[in-house]
Amino acid sequence: MIAENTIETTKIWSLLQEVSDPEIPVLSVVDLGIIRNVTATDDEVKIIITPTYSGCPAITRIEWDLRIKLAENGYKNVSIVSRLSPVWTTDWMSEQGKQKLKAYGIAPPNDTQSVCSPDLFVMDEAVQCPLCNSYNTKLVSRFGSTACKAFYQCKDCSEPFDYFKCH
Amino acid sequence: MITEKEQLVSFVLHLADDSLVLGHRNSEWTGHGPILEQDIAISNIALDLIGQARNFYQYAAALKADGATEDTLAYLRDAMDYKNALIAELNKGDWAVTTLRQFFFSTSKFYLYQQLQNNSDTTLAAIAEKSLKEVTYHLRWSAEWVIRLGDGTDESNARVKTALEYLWPYTGELITPASYEQAQPGIDFAALKKNWTNHVLQVLEQALLTPPVNDWMQSGGKQGIHTEHLGYLLAEMQYLQRSYPGCEW
Repeated sequence: MIAENTIETTKIWSLLQEVSDPEIPVLSVVDLGIIRNVTATDDEVKIIITPTYSGCPAITRIEWDLRIKLAENGYKNVSIVSRLSPVWTTDWMSEQGKQKLKAYGIAPPNDTQSVCSPDLFVMDEAVQCPLCNSYNTKLVSRFGSTACKAFYQCKDCSEPFDYFKCH
Repeated sequence: MITEKEQLVSFVLHLADDSLVLGHRNSEWTGHGPILEQDIAISNIALDLIGQARNFYQYAAALKADGATEDTLAYLRDAMDYKNALIAELNKGDWAVTTLRQFFFSTSKFYLYQQLQNNSDTTLAAIAEKSLKEVTYHLRWSAEWVIRLGDGTDESNARVKTALEYLWPYTGELITPASYEQAQPGIDFAALKKNWTNHVLQVLEQALLTPPVNDWMQSGGKQGIHTEHLGYLLAEMQYLQRSYPGCEW
């Protein structure tokens, strides 16, 4: 067993902060909560990632971006393992990430998890408009511009916006 | 004698084929949806299904360990090797056929994945746990559409009634396990059938619809005996890899 180099591990975590989600460039992959584990030894880096949605096309691109970022910084021997379980949840998104999303114009996932249930025609939890902060908003479609978002509109300021749905 | 592993491979391929074939069908709506938001919704569902299919194909390829990859399994098998339920391959039809089919399909997957997420096969359990979150959205979206159409206008009611007459004989296969499904430990197919039936009847009632009296059911898809529709779908989907083997870009 080769000992973990905790100094390297810490350095790598901060490098990964610079790798952004290709579809929401304001978020880093660390903010998104998909980097589950980083282990560095003196000659190898192991990263475990958990994809957001099964069909998310960004995941392949993210793997490439991780490799490029690490290679640029001298880490040649990198293995990236995709792990499905435990499944990714928006609970893993950092507080900082949620603030960045909001500033970018995307409503961040609500704190209290209101994940989708099979119940029909139920009222969804109020989502706050990222522009004027009103909770007087309406769901336009539960499926938005990417798999992870729903589409909303503000009834006060009329802003149409994406909501990063609880998952 | 069919080994346990062969049964498992068949089961995983069946799950993969179900998702890929319906995902491909749904993708035919992309750019043709009735309104933009619903075009995006059905395209998102297609994307989820194709992503789920990839997870299952990767697992099947790992189990087979004979050089197969997710791509060879999707692009280089013939119709008779495909194990999807017939309902997945039927033409997309109108919006009533599409949403009602999605509702029947998602209901069966919802209850199956609910059980499968606790399976002793940890890979299957992980894929099921992941897929279940997505399927819940599909189930809710499609059920709401069925109710909206059934309890909507004369036109929408007539369309969804026609869709129900057409699709109903294909629903039996969703709740009748094939031998390779029965061979899997830890799945209660009787419960699956009961849950599926209860939920479907409840939603149909809300949609002011009654299932057809004739309960004769089609079957064969899970065993590789398909309708004429699958060949056309595969011809389109596999065209590039068949014409230019190993092509990458």
